[in-house]
Amino acid sequence: MQRYILIRFLQCLLALWVMSVIVFSLARMTGDPLDVLLPMEAGEGERERVAHHWGLDRPLYEQYFVFLGKALKGDFGNSWKWQGHTAMGLVIERLPATLELAGIAIVISVMLALPFGVLTAVWKDTFFDSLGKIVALLGQSLPSFWLGIVLMWIFAVHLGWLPTSGRGSWYHMILPAVCLGWFQVAAMMRLVRSSMLDVLDSEFVKLTRVKGLPEWKVVWKHCLRNAAIAPLTYFALTAGVLLTGSVVIESVFAWPGTGLLAVDAVRARDFQVVQAIVIVFSSVFLMANLLVDILYAYIDPRIRY
Amino acid sequence: MTRHIGDVVLEVEDLHTYFFTRLGVVKAVDGVSFSLRQGETLGIVGESGCGKTMTALSLLRLVPKPAARIVQGKILLQGENLLDKSENEMRQIRGSRISMILQDPQTSLNPVFTIGNQLIEALKTHNKHHARDLVQRAINALKQVRVAAPERRVEDYPHQMSGGMKQRVVGAIAISCEPHVIIADEPTTSLDVTIQAQYLRLLREIQEETGLSIIFITHDFGIVAKMCDRVMVMYAGRSIETGSVRDIFNHPSHPYTEALLNSVPKLEERTARLYSIDGQPPLLWNLPPGCRFAPRCPYTEARCETEYPPSFRVTEGHIADCWRLQSEWQTHHSSMSKT
Amino acid sequence: MALAIPQQVPWYLAPLRLLRGVFQVRRFPGVALIILVFLLVIPGLFAEWVAPHDPIKGSLGARLKPPMWEKGGSSTYPLGTDKVGRDVLSRIIYGARVSLRVSLEAIAVSGVIGITLGLLAGYFGGRIDAFIMRLVDISLGLPIILIALVFVAALGPSFATMNAVITVALWSRYARQVRGEVLSIKQRDFIARARVAGASHLRIMFRYLLPNVVNSLIVLATLQVGFVILLESSLSFLGAGIPRPTPAWGLMVADGRELIVTAWWIAMFPGLAIMLTVLSMNLVGDWLRDHLDPKLKNV
Repeated sequence: MQRYILIRFLQCLLALWVMSVIVFSLARMTGDPLDVLLPMEAGEGERERVAHHWGLDRPLYEQYFVFLGKALKGDFGNSWKWQGHTAMGLVIERLPATLELAGIAIVISVMLALPFGVLTAVWKDTFFDSLGKIVALLGQSLPSFWLGIVLMWIFAVHLGWLPTSGRGSWYHMILPAVCLGWFQVAAMMRLVRSSMLDVLDSEFVKLTRVKGLPEWKVVWKHCLRNAAIAPLTYFALTAGVLLTGSVVIESVFAWPGTGLLAVDAVRARDFQVVQAIVIVFSSVFLMANLLVDILYAYIDPRIRY
Repeated sequence: MTRHIGDVVLEVEDLHTYFFTRLGVVKAVDGVSFSLRQGETLGIVGESGCGKTMTALSLLRLVPKPAARIVQGKILLQGENLLDKSENEMRQIRGSRISMILQDPQTSLNPVFTIGNQLIEALKTHNKHHARDLVQRAINALKQVRVAAPERRVEDYPHQMSGGMKQRVVGAIAISCEPHVIIADEPTTSLDVTIQAQYLRLLREIQEETGLSIIFITHDFGIVAKMCDRVMVMYAGRSIETGSVRDIFNHPSHPYTEALLNSVPKLEERTARLYSIDGQPPLLWNLPPGCRFAPRCPYTEARCETEYPPSFRVTEGHIADCWRLQSEWQTHHSSMSKT
Repeated sequence: MALAIPQQVPWYLAPLRLLRGVFQVRRFPGVALIILVFLLVIPGLFAEWVAPHDPIKGSLGARLKPPMWEKGGSSTYPLGTDKVGRDVLSRIIYGARVSLRVSLEAIAVSGVIGITLGLLAGYFGGRIDAFIMRLVDISLGLPIILIALVFVAALGPSFATMNAVITVALWSRYARQVRGEVLSIKQRDFIARARVAGASHLRIMFRYLLPNVVNSLIVLATLQVGFVILLESSLSFLGAGIPRPTPAWGLMVADGRELIVTAWWIAMFPGLAIMLTVLSMNLVGDWLRDHLDPKLKNV
């Protein structure tokens, strides 16, 4: 078991390292950083001085190690678009907003997906189930940004119940959180449903009915406990997915989080910030995957005993 | 073995349970009747697919809805017809007046709850006790099924126990609320032989202690000989012969029963080839109009294929559904052998 | 289904048997296929003949016209025009071409890479397998949109960048699927026979293993198209995908977003196009999977 965790952890580090290489090489590919740092008229001597100051005259792999060293300390340099801020500083400043949104989205999606998943399994092949299937299908097919715009149009523009964008009161949170969580609801509901269907057929469920338990207890106490295993592991994975989704949703609703920061930085070719964001996001993503694998190993009794 | 056999506690009259499917109506149980007395063990014997388990589930009204339905018949538990009860009333009856032991101990228990939890749940459903009381009662139930160190076992999970012990726990759950009838659906099929013998002994002891009635579903005649007072043989959804164990073993009156008993290999006989019954049981959605065993029966006559035989009384308490038993046929045959 | 049992299928017959299976069945997603044909295939292939107007040059006099059933709309511009006077319907039609092109290219490239690597990994096993699987794990563990953003920040938005990004994201799924199936088929007798007969590795892989794997790959590819279209439109929406002024559905939604209050049609219709296309594709993919290879329920 420990060996398994160790191997997975090393894989994560490897993946993270690959990301850093990708990010670094692409940064250098955009062109000579000197052009960014100096005005075009600068003379040869000026260029050499600045190059030396920034360590840009060193061979590429050396530059990479410098970059890596700094990255490990969390230093990604200064943002060139938002003067006066460090790249990392910006990311940290904006992270709480994204986490807040992601948190609400997770809560909403679990609160919806679990009961609906259970009910579509219990009431299989009824109208309700068909409805559920439609919802699941839509969840996978709707582009999240379009959903955001449509919802915004209905609720903010036409009905005026909710604000269109920005962050402030909890009203502002509803639309973006719903959009973010939407895809998760669809996917998780399907998972819960198929797990439940498997469990509902088991022998021990028959025994609980023989014991004379009321049907609701059979479903919600016995079946759900067993059926929740698979969705639970998927649920831990959603952290990573939500992070990616936040990029789009935050753009649509102008929610001031790291996602929006990423888009703005890309548009402005502010590579320091982009690097910082990518590394941070990747770490979160990989950690989430790692946690899922470990969780699964714990829950699966074949590994436990 | 002195057991006091009392009055009739369960009476089943002409039970029919059908499955309504796209392929047609599958008549899983198509005319089963029997009675069970207090303290008695009735064996239900037959090959796979003959409707034994469906009969058991029908008694508890746990047939898989919506496809299956009990369409006809009466199930009288201590005089009350279970088919007239509401679902709520049935739920109270299940577990407390009739209970069931399922076949596979590996899958009968919920793997995520301790066995103590599952025992207590059974108790709580039918009685109101205090929490501390419940744990003690659970331990007592385990003692009753002769589980060693019950105080510790109460906290164990199912996968920490062997198959035999799990089956005992299932037994404990079944008897915990002191039912009048227990249905045991092939409870020893997945256990190995020595454990099997122990389990059967356990069931008999519990029966002597509490006076409960057992319906024992099996396909093993050895178990029937050891455990049962009376036997009902089923074929293609119908009960075709019923009688005391002695009567059935010594005077099997239905050709199918006879064939079944012949199929059991005996140690004393040396044969080159094991006897098996030719042919296959009929498809339950396409049943022939006459006797269902006719295609495979060595004694058929024209009438067998067109008309289903009524139940004939062989002796007191021993009935069988076969045209051979009608005295007319016997004389007809003996007259034939003369010519 | 005919192809569910791996047999020695001559490579040229495999697609034929597939077709036969396809038409035999009930619950054929007819509506979905019709939608697909009209929304993706015909516009994608025949845009020049189908679209009523030029998608890039707008006419300034016809700016911000509403769809024809609203007041102020006309049948010249059935779905209205955008702020530069370009016909929304024509742009949607041309946008289909973009979606079609991206999905086909990306899936083709990532498919080829993925299938090849999967075959190698499954067939040779050992170190090669371990190495390739490491790559797959890493590739699956990387967040796609971020990689896309990084690529775009470095190389600028373009078709090539988009294809590169999607390929990087997709190839590992094919590799994993193929490897798994190869591992299970590898042990069968007909492979041993081929080896005894002296067939080269290449021949075994492509003539014997591949045809048996084709089923699940087709299902996978179909299900991926929807995913690719969503990804491409999301990236275009963010400005990190297809560059202006090429009409792409995601871009149109982005353009229409600012004007959502006054000119809702600019953002609505392209989004609707995306949704219907992806939905239909998913329905077809699900149906294919149910009938070709139920083992893939969790893809």
